[in-house]
Amino acid sequence: MKQLLILSGKGGTGKTTIAAAFIKLAEAKAYADCDVDAPNLHLVAHQASEPARSNFYGMPKAEINADLCVKCDQCRKNCRFDAIEPGEKYKVDPFACEGCGVCEAVCPEGAVSLKPAVAGELMLHVNDSVFSTAQLRMGSGTSGKLVTEVKQQMNSVPIETEIAIIDGSPGIGCPVIASLSGADMVLVVAEPSLSCISDMERIIRTAKIFDMKIGVCVNKFDTNIENTKKIEAFCLEQSIPFTGKVPFDAEAVRAVNNGLSIVDLQCAAGEAVKEVFRETLRVLNG
Amino acid sequence: MKIAVLSGKGGTGKTLVSVNLAAAAKASTYIDCDVEEPNGHLFFKPEKLVNETVAVKIPEVDNLLCNGCRKCIEFCKFNALAYIGDTLLVFEEVCHSCGGCALICPEKALREKEKAIGEIQRGVSGNVKVITGILNTGEASGIPIIKKLLDDMHEGNSKEDKKKNNESGKEFVFIDCPPGSACIVMESIKDVDYCILVAEPTLFGVHNLSMVHELVKLFGKPCGAVLNKCLDGENPAEKYCRENGINILCQIPYENEIGTMNSNALILARENDRYQALFRGLLDAVAKGGAP
Repeated sequence: MKQLLILSGKGGTGKTTIAAAFIKLAEAKAYADCDVDAPNLHLVAHQASEPARSNFYGMPKAEINADLCVKCDQCRKNCRFDAIEPGEKYKVDPFACEGCGVCEAVCPEGAVSLKPAVAGELMLHVNDSVFSTAQLRMGSGTSGKLVTEVKQQMNSVPIETEIAIIDGSPGIGCPVIASLSGADMVLVVAEPSLSCISDMERIIRTAKIFDMKIGVCVNKFDTNIENTKKIEAFCLEQSIPFTGKVPFDAEAVRAVNNGLSIVDLQCAAGEAVKEVFRETLRVLNG
Repeated sequence: MKIAVLSGKGGTGKTLVSVNLAAAAKASTYIDCDVEEPNGHLFFKPEKLVNETVAVKIPEVDNLLCNGCRKCIEFCKFNALAYIGDTLLVFEEVCHSCGGCALICPEKALREKEKAIGEIQRGVSGNVKVITGILNTGEASGIPIIKKLLDDMHEGNSKEDKKKNNESGKEFVFIDCPPGSACIVMESIKDVDYCILVAEPTLFGVHNLSMVHELVKLFGKPCGAVLNKCLDGENPAEKYCRENGINILCQIPYENEIGTMNSNALILARENDRYQALFRGLLDAVAKGGAP
């Protein structure tokens, strides 16, 4: 099984739209949504049955036992995350606490303890295919750990598939870096804006640190032909395979709003993405 | 007045809205907190740039003092330390800079050193002070940069600025937030006067809009929505706003001209009178919505 990871740097370029189309075209039996902060793949990858749900535990959170606390202030002084709120009763701000345990270590009275904390939910759909997804709890820390668990959950179900499709998250930080591990190729979905080109260069630099096979395609390419040419030229110059382009298509918006992938209906974007898929496979298997 | 622009989903137009509002205001500060993918500076092309490096503290081992007791490894919740052979190794990328290992080492074999993870760029573009946080590629977390950006905002750039702002009360600060609804978005909105939620007219947009709306409600912040890239026909985001009592501040149509100008990193409000009027109107609506 080969893992194809779809990333973009900038948000909203069409990662999930492309991922949903690829899942259909590849008849992929295993796929995952690693955008745990704003997951959307489930909206266009319908499942016949309810998922198995489990809690995701992030880092533990500190708790102060007011009966033991003598307000010596050591915990607050040593906390690097400003998570201790002094006062009549010393309290921990659970959103600021990163669970490092320094407060517990410095407390002379043993008044601080670390408690497990649920930071999100994992969902696993097993039908004729395996679909792993998750939702980070609002206000929790962005989590590479949850991304790793989403992928482990997908891999925990043995299933025959040539290709697994992973829908990634925007950005270049921890969740993206966690999603890179184990992937065979990164497909960067770009759009022809200067913002996106700047972000694309950053995500490609990040992927190169991890020695990844990379391909680039352009979505909504006809919204700015000049910038599309810039992206093609960039790829040529950097020797990065360019796997094609998809036009802007109001039908694609309609497909998404009806919970469909763009290859489920006859439309220009759907036709174009088939060619992108063929080229991407060539790079993946090359 | 401090205004956070947020969206949940990426690519809905946070930067478009915050950049153009800042440009449409008489005097304003634009702070780009989307440090993984900062784009506002591409539009403003700020001048008189001053760069400040942002560093975090990471442990450094003196292997002559380390006796291999492994107390630091047991302590570290982030698995950032390992003892291999007879050497203590530090994995800088996963270190959260809590300082615990150096604090508890009985041999004082660990010390902290500074490690640069990115920078803050300050510059000026016409009527707008432009402040940009930039995370270095390969770094896991931009949170220290965002915290620094927000700290600076609370303190005001200088006492003089603060005085001026208090007197006029008119200067606007726009915070271009990172996508999502994680803790860092919470940090960004904690101390603002108003939140603008930017949504695109798709089911994806609605799903993420609902998450970020929950977050704003949790903090009891006044908020309104800007619906971007509106096409003819049904708009799930508009429906969601109506059903949930979110004030729709304005609808920006999907127009080729907007798309082309925005994709070329041009500021609509500076290029075209019609768009300037649109964003001035939006600014008025926000100022009213956020009035105490």
